[in-house]
Amino acid sequence: MRILGPVTDIPLGEGRTYEVDGEMVAVFRLRDGSVRALSAVCPHRGGPLADGQIDNKVLVCPLHLMAFDITTGCSLSGISDLTVYPVTVDADGHLVISSLTASEVPS
Amino acid sequence: MAPRLVVIGNGMAGARTVEEILSRGGDFDITMFGDEPYGNYNRIMLSNVLAGVEDESGIFLNDLSWYADNGITLHAGRRISRIDRFAKQVYAEDGTATPYDKLIIATGSRAFVPPIPGIHRPGRGYHQGVFAFRTLDDTRSMIRYAREHERAVVIGGGLLGLEAARGLQNHVSQVTLLHAMGHLMNTQLDAQAGAILQRSVEKLGIEVVCDAMTTEILGKHAVTGVKLSDGRVIDCDVVVVAAGIRANTEVAAASGLVVERGIVVDDQMRAQDEPDIYVVGECAQHRGETYGLVAPLWDQAKVLADHLTGRDPQAAYHGSRIATKLKVAGVDVASMGLKESDREDDETLVFSEPRKGIYKSVIIRDGRLVGATLVGDVKKVAFLMQAFDRGLALPEDRVELMFDLGGPPAEVSAAELADDAQVCNCNGVTKGTIAETVHGGCKTVSGVMDRTRAGKGCGTCKSLVAQIVEWAAGGAVEEDPKASWYVPGVPMPKPELMAAIRKYDLRSVSSVFAKLVPGGEEDAKSKMGLASLLKMMWGDRYIDERDARFINDRVHANIQRDGTFSVVPQMKGGVTTPAQLRRIAEVAEKHAVPMVKLTGGQRIDLLGIPKETLPKIWADLDMPSGYAYGKSFRTVKTCVGSDFCRFGVGDSTALGIALEERYQGIEGPGKMKLAVTGCPRNCAEAYVKDLGVVAIDGGRWELYVGGAAGAHVRKGDLLATVESPEEVITLTGRFLQYYRESANWLERTYAWVPRLGIEHIRAVVVDDAEGIAADLDAAMAASVAAYRDPWKERAEPATPGQFRTSLPLVVLPQVPVR
Repeated sequence: MRILGPVTDIPLGEGRTYEVDGEMVAVFRLRDGSVRALSAVCPHRGGPLADGQIDNKVLVCPLHLMAFDITTGCSLSGISDLTVYPVTVDADGHLVISSLTASEVPS
Repeated sequence: MAPRLVVIGNGMAGARTVEEILSRGGDFDITMFGDEPYGNYNRIMLSNVLAGVEDESGIFLNDLSWYADNGITLHAGRRISRIDRFAKQVYAEDGTATPYDKLIIATGSRAFVPPIPGIHRPGRGYHQGVFAFRTLDDTRSMIRYAREHERAVVIGGGLLGLEAARGLQNHVSQVTLLHAMGHLMNTQLDAQAGAILQRSVEKLGIEVVCDAMTTEILGKHAVTGVKLSDGRVIDCDVVVVAAGIRANTEVAAASGLVVERGIVVDDQMRAQDEPDIYVVGECAQHRGETYGLVAPLWDQAKVLADHLTGRDPQAAYHGSRIATKLKVAGVDVASMGLKESDREDDETLVFSEPRKGIYKSVIIRDGRLVGATLVGDVKKVAFLMQAFDRGLALPEDRVELMFDLGGPPAEVSAAELADDAQVCNCNGVTKGTIAETVHGGCKTVSGVMDRTRAGKGCGTCKSLVAQIVEWAAGGAVEEDPKASWYVPGVPMPKPELMAAIRKYDLRSVSSVFAKLVPGGEEDAKSKMGLASLLKMMWGDRYIDERDARFINDRVHANIQRDGTFSVVPQMKGGVTTPAQLRRIAEVAEKHAVPMVKLTGGQRIDLLGIPKETLPKIWADLDMPSGYAYGKSFRTVKTCVGSDFCRFGVGDSTALGIALEERYQGIEGPGKMKLAVTGCPRNCAEAYVKDLGVVAIDGGRWELYVGGAAGAHVRKGDLLATVESPEEVITLTGRFLQYYRESANWLERTYAWVPRLGIEHIRAVVVDDAEGIAADLDAAMAASVAAYRDPWKERAEPATPGQFRTSLPLVVLPQVPVR
C-alpha cells in the first residue's frame, strides 16, 4: 500500500505520472470520478501516456494516437497491452496504489 | 536418416535454392560442390569490385561459416566430372564418389569467348593480357594486370561489357568498347535507345565502336592491340572479353541428360525423364528459354524448394517475364518485354531527348503493356513493371505511362493491386492486410483505418484505402455514418452540431457529450475537435475544460518523439532584430537547448525542452507564442518586399506582419499557414499556402487560397484581386472565418476549398452572395478580441501539475545536444 497524494492533484479527465518502486505509473482521474493506473510508457514508441487524452473507456497516446482500454490496458491498435495497477481513492481523498505486481484484469 | 541432397554448383542459384529449402524446414543431408574455392558470392557485384566501389569481402552472400552452421558439407574447389544416374552417385575429378537421393545441378554458365585468332596461346590459356569477366578470380587478375597498363579494349557491348568498361576506367587511362552489333545492349534495347546510351557512355570517356568485328588479337608475348574486320588496328595492352555467356552443360550432357542450349527441365525444374535430378539457374532450359538474370533464378529456387520439401509438391515454374532495371556504366536503364513492336496494330509511344540522354518507349498490345524501354530517366519504372508483370489496365492518357504529369497520381485500381503492395507508406500496411481486416468483419473505411493504421500517417493514401475496402467487401461496404460527422463521437454533421450547440447553449465539451450523444458517452478522440469548435463559437464565453485539450494545447508547445517539447516564439512575418536574436541565444544557452533550428515558416525553433522547463523558458524569452503547435493560425511567411528587393512591387513584409498581428493564434479545424510575397516571383511561396497574398504591379494584391506543399501539393486558387492591404486583411479574416465555420475537423483548406468549389467560396467571401459577410467579419473580430497570449500563463499553473513531467524516470531530452 502506498499513498501517492491527494486525488485532486490530478485534474478531472487528465493523467499524471507517479514513480512507484522504480516504475513509472500513469494515474488517470476519469470524468465519472473513478481512477485508473497503468504503465506510463506507450509500448509503441515510448510516448508519455499521462499526456494522452482519455474518456471513460479509452486512453489515447499523444504521439501516434495508439489507443488502449483504460480499464484493462488492452491495446485497441494491435500493439502490446499496458500493465494495469490497482489504485483506489481512500476516505481522505488520497490516491492509494496497493502494489506493483500486475493485478488481475477486473471483470 | 535424412535423404541425401547433393548440389553441384555453389553459385547464386545453388546456394539460394539451399537457403529456400532450409527456410522451409527441409530435412536433408546436404552436400555442395563448388568449382570456385570460395563460399557463395554475388556475381552481379563483380563490376563494383572492378570499379573499386565495393571490396571483395562485401560481395559474399554466404561465407564458409554459413555452411557449417547449417550442417552443409561444402567441397569448394572440387569439380564434378560425371553423374551416374543409375547408381545415383556423382564423381569428382579426383575420383571420389558421393551418393545422392536427390541431385540439384546449378552449374551456371561461363564466359563465351569467341574464337578470335590470337586470343589463346597454345597450352597456356589466354594470351597474356586477355581476360574473361565472369568470376572473382577473373576480376582479381584483371585488376592486378590493368593497374600496370594503360589502354584497355573490351569486346562486347552488352550489359557485362559496359560494366567492365566502366570498371576498367578505374585502373587504366583509356578504354575502348568494341561491339559486334549495330548498337549497344542490342538484346534489351532498340537502335535509338542504344544510340542514346552510347552517347551517355561516351560522355563518361569510354570510346565506343559498333559494328566492330574483332578478327585478331595482336602481340607476340603480350597483347599490343586488336585488329578489326575493316582493317583498323586499335592499340591496347589489356583485352577483356565480355561477349556473352554459355550454359555449363558438359557434365550433364556427358552423363546422358537431355541438353539443348541448357539442360532441359519441366515445370518442377526436373531434368527430363529423371525423377531425382533437378536443375536451376542459368544452366537450365525451361520451355525453350534460358535466363541470364537473377530474378528468374529466385523464382526457380522457390519452386524447386516448395517441391523438394513437400511444402507444395505441385509447385510449378511457368517461366519469368523479364523486366530489368539496371545502372549500366552509371546510366539508368530499364527494359521489359518487347524492345520493338512486331505487329501493325500495336500502340507505340516513343520519347527521345538525346541532349539529356533520355529515351523512353512503350509498346501496348490490346490495352496491355507488352514492352517498355527507359534510358536515362527511369522514374516510371515501378509502375511500368507492375503494369507489365500483372497486365494492369493502363491510363487512358497514355502519356502518363512515361511522365508524371501534374495533379494527383494516376490511381491504381484496387482490384489490380498486388496483395503485397504497400498501400500506406507511413505505417507499412499492405493491400493484403486491409483485405484481411475487411474479411474479418470490419466493413467500414474508418474501422479498417483504425485497426490497421492505414491512412493514419500523412493521409495521402486514404482514398486508395477506401477503394480497397470497397473492393474487398465486394460492394457490401457499410456506409460509415461517422464519415459525415464533424467528430466521430457526436452523431451530427457540423452544421447540425453547431445549431444544436447554440440551441442548447452548450459551452463546454462535457456538456456537448452529455446533451448530444445518446447515453452521454464521452469520446477521447472527439474532445480536441469539439474544444476547437466551441472556442471558435463562444470566444470568451467558452467554458474551457483542460482535459478536452490535446497535450500541445495544454502546455502551449509541440510534443516531440521523446516526450520533450518544441518552443517557437512569435516572429511576425519572419522579421527579427538583433536584440531578439540575442535573447533567444541566451535562453538557448542558459537552458542547454539541444537543438536550435530555423523553421520553414521563418521562425526559430528551440527543440528538446522538458515540460517542466517550459514556463521558465517563456519567462526568460518574454516573447509571445508563435503557435507552432496548434490546429490554428500559424505564421505568415514573407519576402523582403519593396523596401529592399529591387523586384518587389508591394510591401509584403509590412502586410505579412499586419496579418499575423491580427489573426495570431486563431484556432480552426486545421492549421492555417499564410504567406505574403512582394511580386509574382513568389519567394515566400504564397501560391502553396492556405492563404497566400501576391503583390502585382499597379499596387494590387492577389489572394490565393487552398494551396498546400506538404504531403499533398496543390497550387492555391485565385480568390480575388484587391486594391489595398486593408482589403487583403478583411478578406483574409472573412475567408478564415468561413473555413473555421464550415470545414470538418482536421480538413485543411487544400481539401475544403475544392470540396466547396472556389466559385462558391468566392461568392460567399468576396461577393457576399449569402449575405453572411458581416456576420463572418463580426465573428472573426470577436475571436481576435478574445486572443490572449498563452505563454503569459506561466506564473501559476492552470491546473495542478500542468508542467509536471510525464516520464519522471527518463532523463530528457533524449536527443544529443548540438
